[in-house]
Amino acid sequence: MDNNQLLTTGLFLVVVAITIYITFRASRSNSGTADFYAGGRSFTGFQNGLAIGGDYMSAASFLGISGAIALYGYDGFLYSIGFLVAWLVALLLVAEMLRNSGRFTMADQLAYRMRQRPVRTAAATSTVVVSIFYLLAQMVGAGALVTLLLGVESQTIKNLTIFAVGGLMIFYVTVGGMKGTTWVQIVKAVLLMVGSLLIVVLVLAHFGFNLSEMLGAASENTGKGEGFLQPGLKYGATMTSKIDFVSLGIALVLGTAGLPHILIRFYTVPTSRDARKSVLWAIGLIGAFYLMTLVLGFGAAAMLPKNSYDKVIASGGNLASPLLAEEVGGGAGTTGGAILLALIAAVAFATILAVVAGLTLTSSSSVAHDLYNSVFKKGQASERDELKVARFAAAAIGLTAIALAIPAQKLNIAFLVGLAFAVAASANLPAIVYNMFWRRFNTRGAVWSIYGGLISSVGLVIFSPIVSGKGVDASGKNLSLLPTSIDISWFPLENPGIVSIPLGFLLGYLGTISRREQDAEDRYTELEVRALTGAGAEAAIQH
Amino acid sequence: MAGTTTALHQSAETSDPAYEALARTPEFAELRRRYRGFVFPATLAFIVWYAAYVVLSMWAHDFMSQKVIGNLNVALVFGLLQFVTTFGLAWLYARYSNTHLDPLARHLDEQYLAERDLHEHSRKES
Repeated sequence: MDNNQLLTTGLFLVVVAITIYITFRASRSNSGTADFYAGGRSFTGFQNGLAIGGDYMSAASFLGISGAIALYGYDGFLYSIGFLVAWLVALLLVAEMLRNSGRFTMADQLAYRMRQRPVRTAAATSTVVVSIFYLLAQMVGAGALVTLLLGVESQTIKNLTIFAVGGLMIFYVTVGGMKGTTWVQIVKAVLLMVGSLLIVVLVLAHFGFNLSEMLGAASENTGKGEGFLQPGLKYGATMTSKIDFVSLGIALVLGTAGLPHILIRFYTVPTSRDARKSVLWAIGLIGAFYLMTLVLGFGAAAMLPKNSYDKVIASGGNLASPLLAEEVGGGAGTTGGAILLALIAAVAFATILAVVAGLTLTSSSSVAHDLYNSVFKKGQASERDELKVARFAAAAIGLTAIALAIPAQKLNIAFLVGLAFAVAASANLPAIVYNMFWRRFNTRGAVWSIYGGLISSVGLVIFSPIVSGKGVDASGKNLSLLPTSIDISWFPLENPGIVSIPLGFLLGYLGTISRREQDAEDRYTELEVRALTGAGAEAAIQH
Repeated sequence: MAGTTTALHQSAETSDPAYEALARTPEFAELRRRYRGFVFPATLAFIVWYAAYVVLSMWAHDFMSQKVIGNLNVALVFGLLQFVTTFGLAWLYARYSNTHLDPLARHLDEQYLAERDLHEHSRKES
């Protein structure tokens, strides 16, 4: 190992040590289910806002979006906007009402007025599916990131990284529960914001804080001219790809408020007003972060010398931010460059750890609270048993994710994240929105929309060019997952949202109007009063 | 009525007639009207605004490529405006809830607590 690799590895270990310390500290005040699932509902709006940012801004955002901007210019930016605008759905329609009417999981809010077993089973299924897709994206990303940053292309190191990340996330969740996970996310959010801000200031200073000059340098340095600042380098070459992007945009905007690991964060604050405050903070942080990725991406395009920029291209964009950090620190081979590179690498690693912890916690909560206690034990399980199952489920989900991530390494990370958003928007959002705003909505509607959205979004991807039939690129590389000899594709788009999201809503509607469920309608009054006023909502735990 | 549903639903929550009473108050009707009156049009507005941005990015290349100041073109300004409107709408909603929603919600919550205490009190006495 050379000095740079030692420095990078050293900083990685510091990040890991900090998170382990935090987890142990948090574990001291963990006692019951409300602590394990919802951190005792004792976080402030600001803390939870940071944690939401830490939960949401994944490595795909940090490395992926700045990388996409560095490679495709404007189109990378276009992609990030959907991720921000989406928060308005969470703010206006979901966060506060969910906080007031649920307890621990996404299913709670549906189960409030519907038949427990079918809706909890459906909601738990889609929670686990969405979380696993998202987990795979992060773990595959971690493996790729570590080998990229250490500068060694080794399958063994990739696999070891996946094992290490998997082991750590099981540890955070089983030992620290929601409290430990939240603090890991808060620390990550602070690291990510401070690290990005440092690089952004250095980049802007280089261009005399003149944005226009940086944009000009970017289009010149990449040799792509003005096209680099205009839409069209990545998306929209054909009619199909235009519709494909619209489909992706819809999924991004409607998916966020249906992501289970985001939804359960609203339960960690004492009141719905704190839930609102957390989303406001999250919008500020996430918005500021995407504005920074704009500078990071265009900055990388403007400043990186040819050999570094070639590395960015070879890494599919993922190395843009780390190499930019090295460049503004003084360039390759300098101490300043090495330090900033190692710093950004450690930030990226912390980013991945915080996101995977949130995902593991979410799916284990749903398995223990929805499936084990409510469906299997009919609500009669003791708190101790439920917690035992939750910890066991966290370990099982972690191991499953490791086992799936090893063979999944050739999957595209952006595709996995996009799919998680599409499933969340198609399966979860229709049920949540109908449940809050439509008295007539019932068990059959909820079950139809969740399974319908889930099956159609995943199903359409199986028959899309992602899986088969896309052919080969100029260098003869197969662009689909299956061998070129197999072609089962008939759905032309890579993003299913434009079909599966309306379908999720339609099925929810049809399921509902095809049967009357008087109980669900009667209990809507209670749900609505509680959701809007907070009367009788779960209180915070005093320690 | 609400009580009988509990068994059928194996519900984790207990039903409480206090909710039915609150639902019938004019204050709750007003809270509901104000909440929906803000969030429904606001949601429609930002979705249409975002959709316009996506559609123009895909189908109005020449318009989006016009330069505004220096190297900043319409597409970039439009994108940055999406940030501005997102922050702005979030701020507006926060202000609206503080002044128009929270006072009503708090008052109804207090009513609920008072009614619940009264119930428990009378149950003890009988």
